[in-house]
Amino acid sequence: MKFRRLQRRTLALIAVIAPLVALFVYVALRSGPLASVPVTVTTTELRALAPALSGIGTVQARYKYKIGPIHAGRVERLDVHVGDAVKAGQVLGEMAPVDLDERIGAQQAAIKSAEAALRQAEARQTFAQTQANRYERLLAERITSEENTAIKRQELAVANAALWAAREDASRMRAELAALRAQRSNLRLVAPVAGLVTARHADPGTTVVAGQAVVEVIDPASLWVDARFDQISAAGLAAGLPTRIVLRSRRGQDQPGRVLWIEPQADAVTEETLAKIVFDTPLSPLPPVGELAEVTVQLPELPATPTIPNAAIRAVDGKRGVWKLTDGKLAFMPVVFGRSDLDGHVQVEKGLAAGDQLVVYSEKALTARSRTHVVDRLPGVSP
Amino acid sequence: MISLAGRDILHAWGKFIFTGIGLGLLIGVTLTMAGLYRGMVNDGKVLLDNSGADLWVVQKDTLGPYAESSSIPDDLWRSIRAMPGVAQTANVTYLTMQVGKGDEDVRAMVVGITAGEPGVPGWPPHLVAGRQITRGHYEAVADLATGFQVGDVLRIRRNRYTVVGSTRRMVSSNGDPMVFIPLKDAQEAQFLKDNDAILMQRRRTEANPAFNRPGVPDLLDAVIDSQTSNSYVNAVLVRIRPESTSQEVADPIRRWKRLTVYDRAQMEDILVGKLIATSARQIGMFLMILALVSAAIVAFIIYTLTMDKIREIAVLKLIGTRNRTIAAMILQQSLVLGVIGFVVGKITATFAAPLFPKYVLLVPIDSVMGFLALLAICVLSSVVAIRMALKIDPAEAIG
Repeated sequence: MKFRRLQRRTLALIAVIAPLVALFVYVALRSGPLASVPVTVTTTELRALAPALSGIGTVQARYKYKIGPIHAGRVERLDVHVGDAVKAGQVLGEMAPVDLDERIGAQQAAIKSAEAALRQAEARQTFAQTQANRYERLLAERITSEENTAIKRQELAVANAALWAAREDASRMRAELAALRAQRSNLRLVAPVAGLVTARHADPGTTVVAGQAVVEVIDPASLWVDARFDQISAAGLAAGLPTRIVLRSRRGQDQPGRVLWIEPQADAVTEETLAKIVFDTPLSPLPPVGELAEVTVQLPELPATPTIPNAAIRAVDGKRGVWKLTDGKLAFMPVVFGRSDLDGHVQVEKGLAAGDQLVVYSEKALTARSRTHVVDRLPGVSP
Repeated sequence: MISLAGRDILHAWGKFIFTGIGLGLLIGVTLTMAGLYRGMVNDGKVLLDNSGADLWVVQKDTLGPYAESSSIPDDLWRSIRAMPGVAQTANVTYLTMQVGKGDEDVRAMVVGITAGEPGVPGWPPHLVAGRQITRGHYEAVADLATGFQVGDVLRIRRNRYTVVGSTRRMVSSNGDPMVFIPLKDAQEAQFLKDNDAILMQRRRTEANPAFNRPGVPDLLDAVIDSQTSNSYVNAVLVRIRPESTSQEVADPIRRWKRLTVYDRAQMEDILVGKLIATSARQIGMFLMILALVSAAIVAFIIYTLTMDKIREIAVLKLIGTRNRTIAAMILQQSLVLGVIGFVVGKITATFAAPLFPKYVLLVPIDSVMGFLALLAICVLSSVVAIRMALKIDPAEAIG
């Protein structure tokens, strides 16, 4: 009886102590620096990369017309509003002529006066001509003196000159009128091309300086994306490459396009290469000018080479490489990397061959002495 | 020979084990507290490790970029790159902010990493899922502690970022998990205000007659442009050539570039010695108090256990047991209690550690020292009990 009680007690004690000890051993081995690091492993694969470049830009109009007066003045009327479609040659508005109309009236009166002076000169010239002719005939018949005839000849020459001056004066007046009219018509703000009004900077009554834009018109068919690519990842960017454009307002909707040209001048401050991307098909409805767009330029596919995921790349002592797993042993292998694509695949140029095993993810930073065990997926990571 | 202590423990083993477990929980809390302190120090160290830098170049006379704010022009790296002994430089920005997650937000340190490839200083040194950033904009690598998984979309200021990779234990010195985004986006997030603020700023500029001049219509646009662009970063991370020492590289930068440069040791000093100094002392005080309370409780338990056995000890004395045997019994019991307490404490601390919102790092040396200290406390507290046991009059067994 006593033996049985004792045995039962011992069993109960063991039932408590044994799990405690087991847990303690588990805890000592599975946590802290003694624990082995879970890692996931992949193999170097032969893969044909299709690199792509990613950049952002804004939608801009290629042709943008800033329409304004060439002299300082006040806006008289403005017939268009933002969003209006305008035709080539359409009058959009007019600047105040101030005294220009009156000056034209004065000029017209001046022309009439000049014409009257012309007629007067004509009459004088006709009379001088008649007199000169008569004296020539009288001189031929020796009725008048040589001197009188000379005086009449001189009077004719003066009358001729006066007529010529009056004629030229009249044509100057007409030219001046034409100039005033040209100035008058220049006060009209005219659309140079068919387009869309994007801005109306001044309303009637506003004074604007010479050259200041009153109305801005764009050519809606000429929308493009002014894109910027970081120089470090702009290798291979070239005109004509197919491009996918995603507008910020139309997420998930790819617009096809292509690279029109690369700007010869890069942005030295932001270290970016600039390029213009055009849409393959005109957009409808039009996106607002200035809208942010993400562009992805697709480069031609490269020949198949060994590739690894970029998550496997580590830097040890300033050298880039991967942790290679050979027969369960871990060794850091410096690697020379080539091109990469946007899905995170990187070409291996030197250091690894297809089929080599390497560590992709690790719970902690690895060292050559790390104990590791391979898992399919690290704990806590959703599939 | 029979073990008196063992027989006595077996006699009332349930009570003994439960006392041990109770003690163990207390020790678990003490170990966790020590782990909390270690975790804080470790937060600072992993921050430095993960940046992958040998030197930190920051604004002159600041303790940046972690302990103080620092801002330097983003093209400064070029001239630093040309200094002797510099192998690699990288711009970096750090900003602790709320990152939008659906309708909620989580606190995170947003790190702007310079464009390039994995392995550049500032980039996450290793991942646990997904891939590294490949696009120049709107991609993010987030720490698992933020709650973001690969494929999620997070919101920083007005932009949305797709999480493409996950990290673990990439935290700021405050323990906030990190979110890595491309530098240009981070600069925008750091220095650009929200849309309302930008609009107000524009209005203010427009109202300023110095900028809004009728004769120079383009001036206002140019001023507003320059106000809304940002060309500053918080620090330049420098990796030095293997043949140079950090001193050799840092001195010319300090002298000729008129900037402040910290090396790894100085940075650790700033993070551990200055940034977390008060919280560390706070936890240190708590640790001391807990250790004292634990010692007192252990002493008290041993004392009570012995008091419970007065009659038995008196009987032992009556039958002529040697004092040494009785003392050994109490001492052994006390030590066994200590061992059970430690085992339970270690187990609870280890299992409780991941549940804490801040990182708890259980260092083996802490456990070993805790174990030794516990045994010492047990021995000391058993001395009191032994003294009392030896003073018992054998007559009490009868009376």
